[in-house]
Amino acid sequence: MKKIFFAVPIVVAAAVIIIVACSKTVNGRTDDLAALSPSAIDINAGDWKPVLLAAPTDIVVPAPAATNTPDYIAQINEIKSWQQSITQEEKEIVKYWSAGAILRWNEILRTLVAKHNLPPYQNDDGTYPFPSANNPLAYPQFPFANPPYAARAYAYVSAAQYDALVAAWYYKRLYNRKAPYNVDSSINALIPKSDLPSYPSEDAVVEGAAVETMKLLFPGDQDFIQQKAEEHKRARIISGANVRSDIEAGEALCKAVAQKFVTRARGDRAGAAIGNQAAWTKLETDAIAKGETPWYSLEVPRRPPMLPLFGVVKAFLFDSLTAISLRPGPPPPTASSKMKEETDEVYNYIKDDTREHYRIVHFWADGVGTYAPPGHWDAIAAEDFVKQNYSEVRWARNMALLNMALMDAGIVCWDTKYFYFNPRPTQMNPAIKTLTGIPNFPSYISGHSTFSGAAATVLAHIVPENADKYQAMAQEASLSRILAGIHYRSDCSVGLQVGQNVGNYAVQRAMADGAE
Amino acid sequence: MSKKILIGVMLFMPFLGMAQTDIDAIMMEKNAFCVGPGYSYSSWKNYWEGRLKRDNENLGTVSTQMFNVMGTYGVTKRLNLLFNVPYVKTKASAGTLHEQKGIQDLSLFVKYVPLRKKVGNGILTLFTIGGLSTPLTNYVADYLPLSIGMRSTNLLARGMADYQVNNFFVTGSATYVFRSNIKIDRTAYYTTEMHLSNEVDMPDMTTFNLRAGYRTYHLIAEAIINKMTTLGGFDMTRNNMPFPSNRMNATTAGINIKYTPAFFPRLSLVAGGSYVIDGRNFKIDGVEVLVPRNVGQALTIDGALFYVLDFSRKSKKDTNNNQTK
Repeated sequence: MKKIFFAVPIVVAAAVIIIVACSKTVNGRTDDLAALSPSAIDINAGDWKPVLLAAPTDIVVPAPAATNTPDYIAQINEIKSWQQSITQEEKEIVKYWSAGAILRWNEILRTLVAKHNLPPYQNDDGTYPFPSANNPLAYPQFPFANPPYAARAYAYVSAAQYDALVAAWYYKRLYNRKAPYNVDSSINALIPKSDLPSYPSEDAVVEGAAVETMKLLFPGDQDFIQQKAEEHKRARIISGANVRSDIEAGEALCKAVAQKFVTRARGDRAGAAIGNQAAWTKLETDAIAKGETPWYSLEVPRRPPMLPLFGVVKAFLFDSLTAISLRPGPPPPTASSKMKEETDEVYNYIKDDTREHYRIVHFWADGVGTYAPPGHWDAIAAEDFVKQNYSEVRWARNMALLNMALMDAGIVCWDTKYFYFNPRPTQMNPAIKTLTGIPNFPSYISGHSTFSGAAATVLAHIVPENADKYQAMAQEASLSRILAGIHYRSDCSVGLQVGQNVGNYAVQRAMADGAE
Repeated sequence: MSKKILIGVMLFMPFLGMAQTDIDAIMMEKNAFCVGPGYSYSSWKNYWEGRLKRDNENLGTVSTQMFNVMGTYGVTKRLNLLFNVPYVKTKASAGTLHEQKGIQDLSLFVKYVPLRKKVGNGILTLFTIGGLSTPLTNYVADYLPLSIGMRSTNLLARGMADYQVNNFFVTGSATYVFRSNIKIDRTAYYTTEMHLSNEVDMPDMTTFNLRAGYRTYHLIAEAIINKMTTLGGFDMTRNNMPFPSNRMNATTAGINIKYTPAFFPRLSLVAGGSYVIDGRNFKIDGVEVLVPRNVGQALTIDGALFYVLDFSRKSKKDTNNNQTK
């Protein structure tokens, strides 16, 4: 009978287990952020230099109704009735969006990139299908949000949001309509109060610019995007930050601004970046004609190279001749002893696949199913920007500088990759097994290094106290590709340098845009 | 066995049969310690991406080798303690991904018999089993399908019943596995939504195991069917990589033989094999039954050797009676 006591610990353990198991919720790093409370309202941001707009007055925003009109008072009452019957869910929505509009829409964009960063499965005949923007929900879904596509998406959304906010700030100062809680003191401000005029709504501008550009970039995800947009606008009204006409004016403004970006995107040559069989073959024959071993895909069946014509996409920070001038000199010839030396170095690293190497490689891998290297740098930036308490317009300006630099780094990097069409280490030595997947494009120069060099340069200018940190991160991101066995040292060191050169164009812009 | 089941989920391979484990109806006599090495080889070419069965020319055949040491100690003949420590090595025959190897998780089990009585013409034995497994090394979990394990610390609760008539038996068990969250090297990951965290919520699992066959002191021959279900998690999307918190379900059929020679009864030899059944998906009143999901269709063979050390003073008597029949 005393044996039964042996069962007691088991029963107790089981009970403990059940309790422990119930608290497994994983919290995201930005789930519980405090509401954004800008340290400066940047009232003169309407004078900052936009990206595509010639001037804020390119878009006309009509004067708002006075705050003593029946129309405005009705809108104030809309806020009051929401607040009278506010639910827990509505409180949570307000809290979520109050962390910052640029921040949240950047997170949403990163989510969509991660969702769509999947290479299509092959056809039965060994060829590969390409996604179609006209039929985005059919397999393979549009888009395949690979790193260049992602870089371009982040840049367009960020730059459109920035331009629209510059215009919004211009009209805020011009019309100077107070926020609802400053007009009617019986309205609870569920967000930090601000002296920033509320017409047109900066949140609606950010939301609308994202929605309009994402119609082009993620046409199959409109249900998700629109649901977020509706929630965002509702949060602003419930919180007492905006009346409905603030929102409507903001949306009208940003739609007009976003259209300029959409028009630019349709003509920026990205749509033809996939190339065709003739273009792919030419890359190979050109490399052979130069006496080099051409790159070939290490996937089975061989996949056409990723966006070989992305190098001619129209950059934001410089013209096409400058883009070509940023292309570095050649990698070591494939038959050279220098190339053999670099290949051997990679081989030695993958033979010594320590746990720390995996940590570095996987931390920076940002491969299939992730928000890609530009998204990783956006995440790094966003989490640091949160601590800076920027106004929305400064948030937008800084994200636009970062993302334009990342896109342009992608352009120069892709131009270089396909100009030299250099094989991956594993092609030179099949014994090189990799610690992460090998991206399906040529080796020289490393995309991670180029993106990281550009991002670290821009961020060091924006948050100078973190300059050393960003530099160290870029170095580690770059090194991770050698440790992974997928890049040579020269891919990485030259890539970092090229990235810094691109980043400097964003820094030049930052110093001249009127925000500093 | 349950350890094997967990490894199977982790590596896209199924469980396999093995006697003298936490999931069979065999108990060690008081003060007897049974220990020995085991080996298993498992491989698969096809796997289920969600419910879609496919192969992958960039992986070829994925194989897993496991070398393990397991042991059982009889505290009393009604209470046994078990442990298992595996060294695992994985490899893909095609593609470029680097092989993985290392010591995986330590498992500990407490196996207790609360009831043993004659029912009808046979003997009914009930078991309660509690288990714990936890990683012994800092191996990489987020590198499926080549990771050697999942890194979660697991707690396991199992009820088991065995009924034996003459030399024939049937054993059934139900297991609930609580899995702790794990940490991965990335700072964000996408499941069906974005998670800005390096922490992954590992869904719990259940296992139902049914085994039946012939059992004498010298020979056990059994057929086994095992159904393992992940309670939550998500399906791999098309052409995506697997992820530790995928919903991994598998139904496996196998056989297992244990031989204890009459001329050397301290020694036992175990051999077995199993295969993930190509289940079809059907529903009973909306409940999904037999749905392989996010797992490899593995064929596994294994073998082990056990040796009994007797720490009791009346050792001669016990070695003749070291199993619960």
